[in-house]
Amino acid sequence: MDRRNFLRAIALTGAAITTMKEADAMSILTQSFETSHAAAKYDLVAVMGGEPEAMFRKAIAEMGGMKNFISKGDKVCVKPNIGWDQPVEMAANTNPKLIAEIIKQCFDAGASEVTVFDHTCDDWRKSYSNSGIEEAAKKAGAKVVPAHQESYYKTVSIPKGKNLKSAKIHQAIVDSDKWINVPILKNHGGAQLTISMKNYMGIVWDRGFFHANDLQQCIADVCTYAKRPVLNVVDAYRLMKTSGPRGKSLSDVVLSKGLFISQDIVAADTAAANFFNQAREMPIEKVSHITKAQELGLGTMDLDKLNIKRVRI
Amino acid sequence: MLKKTRVVLSVVLFTLITLYFLDFRDFLPESFSFLAEIQFIPALLAVNVLVLVSLGVLTLLFGRVYCSSICPMGIYQDLVAWLSKKITPKKKYNYSKAKSILRWSILAATILAFIFGFAFLVGLLDPYGAYGRMATHLLRPAYLAGNNLLEAIFTHFDNYTFYKVSIYTLSLFSSATALITLGVIGYLAWRNGRTYCNTVCPVGTTLGFLSKYSLFKIRFVDEKCNTCGLCAMKCKASCIDSKNKQIDYSRCVTCFNCIESCHRDAMKYRFTLPGKQRPAAAVPIFSYAKEEKAENLVKPVDASKRRFLSASLVTGLAAGNLIAQEVSNGLIQKKEPKRQTPIAPPGAVSFNHLREKCISCHLCVSKCPSHVIKPAFMEYGLGGIMQPKLYFDRGFCNYDCTICGEVCPSGAIQPLTKEEKNHTQMGKVQFIVENCIVYYDETSCGACSEHCPTQAVHMVPYKGSLTIPETDTSICVGCGGCEYVCPAIPYKAIYVEGLTEQNIVKIEKEEVEEIVIDDFGF
Repeated sequence: MDRRNFLRAIALTGAAITTMKEADAMSILTQSFETSHAAAKYDLVAVMGGEPEAMFRKAIAEMGGMKNFISKGDKVCVKPNIGWDQPVEMAANTNPKLIAEIIKQCFDAGASEVTVFDHTCDDWRKSYSNSGIEEAAKKAGAKVVPAHQESYYKTVSIPKGKNLKSAKIHQAIVDSDKWINVPILKNHGGAQLTISMKNYMGIVWDRGFFHANDLQQCIADVCTYAKRPVLNVVDAYRLMKTSGPRGKSLSDVVLSKGLFISQDIVAADTAAANFFNQAREMPIEKVSHITKAQELGLGTMDLDKLNIKRVRI
Repeated sequence: MLKKTRVVLSVVLFTLITLYFLDFRDFLPESFSFLAEIQFIPALLAVNVLVLVSLGVLTLLFGRVYCSSICPMGIYQDLVAWLSKKITPKKKYNYSKAKSILRWSILAATILAFIFGFAFLVGLLDPYGAYGRMATHLLRPAYLAGNNLLEAIFTHFDNYTFYKVSIYTLSLFSSATALITLGVIGYLAWRNGRTYCNTVCPVGTTLGFLSKYSLFKIRFVDEKCNTCGLCAMKCKASCIDSKNKQIDYSRCVTCFNCIESCHRDAMKYRFTLPGKQRPAAAVPIFSYAKEEKAENLVKPVDASKRRFLSASLVTGLAAGNLIAQEVSNGLIQKKEPKRQTPIAPPGAVSFNHLREKCISCHLCVSKCPSHVIKPAFMEYGLGGIMQPKLYFDRGFCNYDCTICGEVCPSGAIQPLTKEEKNHTQMGKVQFIVENCIVYYDETSCGACSEHCPTQAVHMVPYKGSLTIPETDTSICVGCGGCEYVCPAIPYKAIYVEGLTEQNIVKIEKEEVEEIVIDDFGF
């Protein structure tokens, strides 16, 4: 290729990128947001006593298998918590073994691609690598994409939000067919607990707005974004009981060996909060974003009314 | 052969050190920081005896190899001179007399200023430091822009080999200094080759003194030389007096261009016992340099150059004086309304230590993965202009990261282990409750405590289920996580105040209590 052709190719590429972006923005308007509600046997499955990947295998089987949630050819986004430059023992980030297992099952169910990202709090390169998630996800065949620049995010409207009316959400979620929310159960200085709903803060760009405009309400608001996760998988293999969400030493961590899975984000967080309450007192009223989400019609905190499967390994 | 070896060695070292400054993805191993450590002034400040002795011995054996192949600024000048030759092929150099008074005055001024605690002049003139600033403030943005272009292309095709990076100016003053350095040294190199090295550079003067006594030297072979003057025309150091067959070894940077240029094989790089002077010239047989050449030799004085050089000398001396005053007055008042005391990088020990050791090469600025180091302006006082300080506009200091101390070649930022870094206090947290969202909005926040690695900022019960920050400065390391993330506008409710002397904090180890959960809890 001579220089002229090369330059021409670059110019064309540039032009193509610009126009493609426009097209993507348009397609959001027409996209439909159905999650496959095909007969899951239970509303919520809780598993205890196993390794992260074993507990997930058990849980997803009880939910009727991954095929219930992921269809052939789907572009799937798996969203762990990779917020911190901390090793797996600190329970600051989702367990990499769990992430790898979920990715594997997505591919088994026919997913055409799986992407993984988080808008980290610590330096993203260090968080991605030291959490062990980057390596595990890549090994499982997923694409690990960056999320440290505003340009990776697309503005979406949140019509049902009270304080939060629009947000910039990472394109990996916006452009996906399905996404799976995989938080870790932790104490949180501001929100009291961080579980599935708080994990949404890693898909948005401007978190400062949340903190400045009633954090608890904004957390509930962002969960009304039309594209809901097809599954919430709460990693409670280790939980951080104090000094969350970053943690300062191993004394903050409890090896609790739990896992909760549900399509109902409010139910998943309620169950996980009750589980947490055994490690350290945490009345669910204090975690007010859960109540606020119920008020917004995102799900139910009344676990007694749900069909729950409890499994011990 | 000799020239080829020199060129290859120069190009390799120059490319590597430049890439080391630019490489933001850690492609190059950390051990490549030796490229900065083998530089003369950093080694001198770090009292790196091994490097100093090696450079001394190298010079005493082979001449100014440091200047020709190791110093990146030297090679930058060669590149410019090479380009200028490509563009005007008829260009030739001529012999000029050594400007000894000027050279030694500048060296003396630099040393004097340094003794008075004013490292700024050393930092300004040190060729490695100056090149580092050029790389950091001028080359790096271009490199990052190239990365972003590639990222756009690759990501478009779903390839995530590259990722986007922000490009911004860190400090106007440092960028301007880098630009002026690039321009002035580039201009001198374009016109006359190694003028900077042989008139201004304090390292050049020092090594030039040693190289007079080096064992291997370039010498005329009298029987072969017809004093044609080709060698002098090729000499970028303007140190060959071909008429008299004399070479000023204090200025010769052993580039071997003269040897290469000689048609008669009349120049040799040879072992010579020190002190042995060669006899004066033979009669010229034929000379490329005709009568006009002779006139060139006593060329009218370049007044502007002389003015420029003496002006910089005067400035240097004046600055030295200023600093002497500053030392007696303590720190000069800062302009930043908020932070009274700047925050020095972890391991900088104290402002005095930093001022004495730092030459502002800005390798730490380039290498900081969290983008929290930038050159100071007047925060450390006049003597600390361009030295590194922490700022938390774009991030905060990663708790476990120790890179700045590892790469610092002059010992200004001491290398710390992860454990030491975790306990190094660079500043102390300050909480302004009136600005806090929990206080004035009565809504949850806790972003500061979230980011605090030692929980020096922790949340305590407030109204209802609300929690509000409480600080404990005794365990604060000053990483700035809280300040960076505080969402309060227009004024942050929490920030870090710097320390003139860094401390070691004691963080109590907490017992791990066994908690067994054997039920679902619902």
